[in-house]
Amino acid sequence: MTVEFFVAGFLAQTEHSQLAGAIVSGLSLGTIYALLAMGFVIIFKATQVVNFAHGALATVGAFITAGVAVELNFPGRFLDVPPLLGWSVSVLTALVLSALMGILLERVFLRPMVGEDLFSVAIVTLGMNVILMTIVTDYIGPDPRSMADPWGDAVADLGFVIVAHTEIAQFVVAVALVLLVAAFFRSRTGIAMRATAFDQEAARAQGIKVGAIFAIAWAIGAVLATVGGIFGSVYPRRVGVYSDTALLAFRAFPAIILGGLDSVVGAVVGGLSVGVAEALAGSYLNHPWFGTGFSGIVPYLLMVGVLFIRPYGIFGTEEIRRV
Amino acid sequence: MRGRPHLHTSYSSDQALMPTTTKKVVLAIFLVLAALAPIASSIPFYPDFLGHNDWMKILSHVAVFGIGALGINLLTGVAGQVSLGHAFFMGLGAYVAVVFGSPPGDLWGLGLPMWIWLPMAGIIPAIVGLLVGPAAVRVRGLYLAFATLGLVFIGEWAWRNLKFVTGGAFAGRRFPDFQWRVWKEETPVVDFASDGVWLGFEISEEAKVYLLMLGFLVVATLVAKNLQRTRTGRAFQAIRDRDIAAEIMGVDEFRYKLTAFGISSAYAGVAGALFASFVGRQIPETWDLFLSVEFIAIILIGGAGTVSGALMGTAFVIVLPRLVQDFTEWLSGIIESGEGTLAKVADVVVAISPDDGGVINTIPGVGPGLSVFQLNQILFGLLIILFMIFEPLGLYGIWLRIRNYWKGWPFTY
Repeated sequence: MTVEFFVAGFLAQTEHSQLAGAIVSGLSLGTIYALLAMGFVIIFKATQVVNFAHGALATVGAFITAGVAVELNFPGRFLDVPPLLGWSVSVLTALVLSALMGILLERVFLRPMVGEDLFSVAIVTLGMNVILMTIVTDYIGPDPRSMADPWGDAVADLGFVIVAHTEIAQFVVAVALVLLVAAFFRSRTGIAMRATAFDQEAARAQGIKVGAIFAIAWAIGAVLATVGGIFGSVYPRRVGVYSDTALLAFRAFPAIILGGLDSVVGAVVGGLSVGVAEALAGSYLNHPWFGTGFSGIVPYLLMVGVLFIRPYGIFGTEEIRRV
Repeated sequence: MRGRPHLHTSYSSDQALMPTTTKKVVLAIFLVLAALAPIASSIPFYPDFLGHNDWMKILSHVAVFGIGALGINLLTGVAGQVSLGHAFFMGLGAYVAVVFGSPPGDLWGLGLPMWIWLPMAGIIPAIVGLLVGPAAVRVRGLYLAFATLGLVFIGEWAWRNLKFVTGGAFAGRRFPDFQWRVWKEETPVVDFASDGVWLGFEISEEAKVYLLMLGFLVVATLVAKNLQRTRTGRAFQAIRDRDIAAEIMGVDEFRYKLTAFGISSAYAGVAGALFASFVGRQIPETWDLFLSVEFIAIILIGGAGTVSGALMGTAFVIVLPRLVQDFTEWLSGIIESGEGTLAKVADVVVAISPDDGGVINTIPGVGPGLSVFQLNQILFGLLIILFMIFEPLGLYGIWLRIRNYWKGWPFTY
């Protein structure tokens, strides 16, 4: 089943520039991809795990957020707070829970696989994906779970383009998270993570707690995936969490490959360019010849094209092959 | 060499398909029993239920997926090229078959006989596999897995939009029946699509299809098994084990990777065509990523790189859902029939009414419990994980350990 996140997220831009509208939509879609891709790359670099369950992390994370914000009504049930503050507290609570979920998954399913070859570990995450998606689909059921975000469907008219308030929030949050991640890699723990990514055994010999680094990497990955999942489930894209939010992550895989599996910068650049390409295709390539859902496969076409020219992505490091 | 099965005095005995008499006898008995399954009820001591139509369908499903599993096993297990694109080639094979085999109508169809559409379902995917191969050969390891993942999504878009071939999204179309015709005559020479009497036995449609599928599986297995013994098969294994070393030894990496793609795609195409025809009607959404994952799981659960592992894995993955279903039905039967400790335990596990608590829910869509389908999905995911963690060699590895235990008995080594 195709889900067109872009078409769903395309605001009616009457009397506004079509190009600017497509680019803004693309960037907002692209930041979601970039967040997912960044988490994926951090997990991959730090723990040598190719996480096919990233979409499940995003969906479960968004579901937890909806649960905390709506069903539990936390903190609204205890305190009378302004909606934005209350919702932020709900999201932060959900992010903590998601991080714990990430740590738990790593500890239970992936720690026993340390040292196995990449492919075997990747298959374990495929299994994780099946389990998590089945459970979360069962809980979500047929109706979407509302996010109860404070912005709703409000939009801002900037003259040449219309932007949803959620999109503005999303840009702010995404930029903040990218800066946080950049700062993290300059901190003591971040340097330890870079050392672990370089060589796990050598890092261990230097006194770095590699297990703790794995846990931190999964926590960061799960948090970034959850933020991506939340922004993928609000206006103008969706009206709530559906079980197919996971497809966002499958759309983010081309972004990861485009940038290179092991490059955080590549993840951001790849995510934004894939998002913009998808939105431009959705806005301009609407000739019947392209059929329905063409914009949805633009990321994959782009990925295959890039792989043909650069088999390791744009920013990826080429594997040194020895006999 | 009697009593010393591992003493090989010639290269041909080392490479023999059936090195020991025991192996020959066991395989022959197994094949005869498999072929006799449709008339299970007339044979004493033969498990009766295997002959029922629903089990015939499950066994046919095993045979069809077995062919597909042999294909992905050649590419991923033997040649070491991880592909998530198997579903795409299966879909391609199915749609080639439907274009050649279905009667002309609103949708494309040429109405040609089975001896044309089935080989075409292998040949055209093989050609497409060879065409996308050069791109795939450039990409290594996990990048290849992602590239082939892209193929599945691009394929899904194509299937949804080629309405004149596929019938369109969520609508689908009928696939050709299994009927053996010489050309386009009215009555087929052999009709697998209706009940009939063969050799004095009443054979149902399902049983006929099963026998046909079993025949195809045997041929596919022989080809796959023999391929591994040839120069090509050894080249595949050399590339899997260390591609650079293989290249230095003179194995043409490009050529053999391409060959692996071609053969695997042909297997996938035939399996896809048989699967679609066997189910009867398929929607374009059938050929999605989950199908590819299922095949990867099959060969990993069975034991990657081994033909018997691929077949054991298929049987396991296809039969398991049925066993789970039977088990839940058995449990709900116990709850309904009476009291006792067992009924209380069963009550906790299974919910038979909307307000009844239980982990498994027999009524779909009601209550918080998991449906039988969802339980199967979870078991499937869990099995993949457990096999990867505890037995990377899969069922084949378990079999090896059992065999070695008895071989060395009473010694433990």
